[in-house]
Order: sequence, then C-alpha cells, then structure tokens
Amino acid sequence: MPQFDTSTFLPQLFWLAIIFVLLFVIMRRHALPRISDILEARQLRITSDLEKAGGLKEEADQVMADYEKALAETRTQATALIKQAGEEMAAENTKRQQAIAADLAAKTKAAEARIAAAKDEALAGLKAVAADTARAATAKLIGIEPQAEQVQQAVAKAMGGRG
Amino acid sequence: MAAEEHSPLAQFEIKPLVSLRLGDLDLSYTNSALFMTIAMVLAASFLLLATRRSALVPGRWQSMAEISYEFVANMIRDNVGQEGRKYFPFIFSLFMFVLFGNLLGMIPYSFTYTSHIIVTFAMAAVVFIGVTVIGFKKHGLHFLSFLMPAGVPIFMAPLIVPIEILSYFTRPVSLSLRLFANMTAGHTMLKVFAGFVALLGVFGVVPLLLVAALTGMELIIAFLQAYVFTILTCVYLNDALHLH
Repeated sequence: MPQFDTSTFLPQLFWLAIIFVLLFVIMRRHALPRISDILEARQLRITSDLEKAGGLKEEADQVMADYEKALAETRTQATALIKQAGEEMAAENTKRQQAIAADLAAKTKAAEARIAAAKDEALAGLKAVAADTARAATAKLIGIEPQAEQVQQAVAKAMGGRG
Repeated sequence: MAAEEHSPLAQFEIKPLVSLRLGDLDLSYTNSALFMTIAMVLAASFLLLATRRSALVPGRWQSMAEISYEFVANMIRDNVGQEGRKYFPFIFSLFMFVLFGNLLGMIPYSFTYTSHIIVTFAMAAVVFIGVTVIGFKKHGLHFLSFLMPAGVPIFMAPLIVPIEILSYFTRPVSLSLRLFANMTAGHTMLKVFAGFVALLGVFGVVPLLLVAALTGMELIIAFLQAYVFTILTCVYLNDALHLH
C-alpha cells in the first residue's frame, strides 16, 4: 500500500504543515471575521428592527387607547345630549298639552256660557210668545181679553219656574 | 509496473510533481500537496468570495458560507461551550481541510490526501497534543485526575488508571485511523467495482449501478467523516477544558 511507504511521509508532512497553516491564517484573519461580522450585523439589525417594531406597536397601542377613550367620551356626551333633548322635548310636550287643554277648557266654558245665554234668551222669548198665545187663545175661546199681567202670571205658574 | 498502474491502490500513490531536496530531506511538491493546495484555495475562495458583498440578506453562496460557519460554531457551542470559542478558527480550518480533501477525492482521477495515514495522523496528533497541552495549562497537574474518574473507589485505581491512560493514548490513533480507513476503503472499493464494469462487458451495467450508488454513499461518508473528525476534536477539547 502506498500509504505505508515511509519515504513519502516527509514531503506530505512538510506541505501539510505549510498549507494547513496558510488555510488557518486565511480563515482566522479574513474569512471568519467577515462571516462573524455579517452575522453580528444581521443580529444587530434584527434586534434593532424588533425594538423599533416594539416601539411602533406601543405607539399604535397608545393611539388605539386614545381613540377608544375619545370614542367612549363622545358616546357618553352623545347619550347625555340625547337624554337632555328628550327631556326638553317632553317638557315642551307637556307644556303644549297643558296650553291646549287650558285653551280647550276656556273655549268649552265660553261655548257653554253662550249656550246658556241663548237658552235664557230663547226661554225669555218663549214666555212672551206663550203669554201672547194664551191671551189670543183666551180671547178666542171666551171672548174676554184678559189683562196682560194676569196672563203673564199664569204662564209663569204653568211653566213652574222652568224658564 | 503496468499491472500496478491499474491496481485499485494505484490511486493512492504519491508522485512528486516538483522535486525539492533540502540536504538529505525530500520536500518534493507532490500530487498530495497539489490537492491540499487546491483544497485550501477552494475553501478560502469559497468563503471569501461568498461573503464579498456582505449582504444583509444572504444569497446562495453567502448562505452556504454562513451555514458552514454556524455548523462548526454550533458544534463547538454544544460540545465545548463558551470556552471553546477561542479554538473556533482552528477547528473550523480543520473541518474545512478534511471536508474539502474528502470531497475533492470524489472527483475521478483526483487524489485524496485524507486517505493517507500520515496526513490524518499528523492532524490527529496536533489535536491530541494541543488538547493535552490545553488541559495541563488550564488544570495543571490536576489534569491527571482525568485518568481517575470521580466516584470510582480508590481500590479500583490500579485497574482504572491504566485503562484510562490506554484509552487516552488511543485517541489520536483511532481519530486518524477512522478517517484514513474510511477514505482508503471507500476509494478502493469504488475502484474495484469500476474495474468490474470494464471486465463484464454488457453485464457491467450491474457494477456500474453499484458504483453510482456507492459514489453517493461515498459523498455522504466524505461529509460524515469530516464531521466525525471535527466533533471528536470538540469532545477531546471539552474533556481537556472541563475534565470528565
């Protein structure tokens, strides 16, 4: 086996040492620092981006909370306004209803008074007509023209104070 | 020599490309060294070119570079912990060197330097010696308590200590043999079956399919062995840093 040919050991070892040391130096000086820099930069970037995102999220949360607060405030305000408006309207309503009722009552009263007056008038008219009729009827029936005063008394008596 | 040329083991032969002698010492630049160079250049350009733009959102190549970085970094974090970070460049280089060596070997007519015991043993020895030095540096002579696990009754010491010493010193052997044997066996097997393809004529389809399947498996092994080599390095390092 060529592997056990000891005469080849020395040149192999000699070049192995040189080349491995060279590789080691290149790796240590150039290649590995570069890769570790890249990885570090990426890690830093990720961390800072995450931090930034965290800050933005906090900000957004704050905005959201503010919004919610404003919304709630507005809502209570609106409710209060609605309530007030309702109350106002109810008050207005009752006032108007009262006014109408009062108006109606006044009108009813006036109408009733008018009706009573007309009734009185009519009844007064009725007395005179009844007296005249009674006198005329008496004159026709018995030929005696009764005294106007008597007839009037008689009519009043017959009507029994109804007029 | 003609028969030797086509033997399944011919692919492991070391051929000097540029002869170099320092006195009595043979320091020739061989095919092994060539593929080590290619692996180093590939690994370095892969990582450097992929990260050239340092994009925040990585492209495909940059993703791959980052994934290899994090793969090894996670391995160290999980197996060694924070203290292991210091050794990250070395372990990462080791992983890359073995991985690219294994993968390059999968290209036909290429050379697999990780199939040579001397290479894998040298790497394992560096890991072994380094880890031992780290252990002694961190714990002083207390590091020797590693050979006597806590909770073992003292009268067991004559039995346990030699076993632990033996197991400790087998580490570099098993570490290097595992990689070397896997690579050598896999490539030899591929070569043997590929030889059958030509020998069997029409029926060569059967070994051909087998070779295709084995190539897929060898690719997995190429990655897996690099992973195993690296993770065992992490485990040994962890033992040295944290004892048992």
